[in-house]
Amino acid sequence: MAYGACNVTFDWSIALETLPALLSALRITAFATVLGMLAAAVLGLVWAIARRSPKRMVSSLAGLAVEFIRSTPLLIQIYFLFYVLPEIGIVMSPMFTGVIALGLHYSAYLSEVYRAGVEGVPKGQWEAARALNLGRLETWRLVILPQALPPVVPAMGNYLIAMFKDTPMLSAITVLELLQTAKVIGAERFRYLEPLTLVGLLFLLLSLGASLLVRWGEGYLGKAQAR
Amino acid sequence: MSFFALCWSLLDGLAVTLLLTAGGSLVAIGLAWIAGLGRLSTHRVVRATAAVYVEVFRGTSALVQLYWFFYALPLLGVHLSPLVTGVVVLGLNIGAYGAEVVRGAIVSIGSDQREAAVALNMTRRQQLWLVIVPQALLRMLPPAGNLLIELMKATALVSLITLSDLTFRGMILRAETLDTVQVFGLLLLIYFGIGQALIVGVRALERRVAGRWHMGRAT
Repeated sequence: MAYGACNVTFDWSIALETLPALLSALRITAFATVLGMLAAAVLGLVWAIARRSPKRMVSSLAGLAVEFIRSTPLLIQIYFLFYVLPEIGIVMSPMFTGVIALGLHYSAYLSEVYRAGVEGVPKGQWEAARALNLGRLETWRLVILPQALPPVVPAMGNYLIAMFKDTPMLSAITVLELLQTAKVIGAERFRYLEPLTLVGLLFLLLSLGASLLVRWGEGYLGKAQAR
Repeated sequence: MSFFALCWSLLDGLAVTLLLTAGGSLVAIGLAWIAGLGRLSTHRVVRATAAVYVEVFRGTSALVQLYWFFYALPLLGVHLSPLVTGVVVLGLNIGAYGAEVVRGAIVSIGSDQREAAVALNMTRRQQLWLVIVPQALLRMLPPAGNLLIELMKATALVSLITLSDLTFRGMILRAETLDTVQVFGLLLLIYFGIGQALIVGVRALERRVAGRWHMGRAT
């Protein structure tokens, strides 16, 4: 685009024309977010339990892994999986590679959330489980997790929103999610302003809506616990 | 390619990444204070402006913001170089999160402190800067340290707007050598190293601030 095109203004008719394509791309974004969160929730729990392992080796390795995943860029983790997985013979679609990368990255954050929940369970509960002669697995499954998980659900909601906002990074490995679709439309029509602004607005609306839900959840849980 | 040759070719990119981290955090700190205090202003217009800034930049994705400033803003007549775009967007994005840190820490200081300051006949400005902020500063530092790490990690995104930072150099190097595991492994280690250095720095700052105002331990 030439320098002369300075006085471009926002064209609503173009915005309306591009909206359907963006909305259908939003489904890909939502799909990646939901699957990524499921992976993160499961893997995060594994980290959290591993970090409380009685074996020093296991707990410190898990701690190091979480710290490493958390303090390195998600984009490079995405590239890493995208290029390395096929080399070791695991071939899957960019979409699923992206979901795994999102899940892995956020599992590190979620393990901290779980840890806070587990630390909130009184020590007497562990002792009671031992007095009842429950095994390690049963202690976690029947005593600790049912008490540790409900209070941390809203915090997990915040990470769901954060993950949603990180899905545009999947565009770097050719996933046609919201941002990549907007870029393709922009390149085809030489109009970046409308599609990119719409993508911004969609993210804004959805994450604001979701954070209202999380806040409502926090209030609801607060009341439920006070009862 | 030997390990040292790999490191050497990434050094230029490292300089860009460090420059972005430093520049971005300066912009972010400035904006965090302006918007954080702005949200506590007595003027409704200032409060609303700060709130809109915070919600817009927290509510949209960093990469979307980067693309918008890189692809859409020039169409509106504002031309920024990729480096300036990177610094400005990273600063605006993390600054919005930082504003909540500043606001939260100031709100968390008990009202008795403000009442004592009023009793001492301090002006509003004196109350804020001599009583509230010195105490709030210590509470801001741990979350601010986390945001600094987030900013450092987000610098990798600028490789997608043609800036040759560490990630960009790594991509070129991977294409040349095809040593994917080595190149990306090294990249991850370098970012991890920068992150650990930042954490050590923030902890040292916490200790200094805690010592300066003789206030307990930094938690």
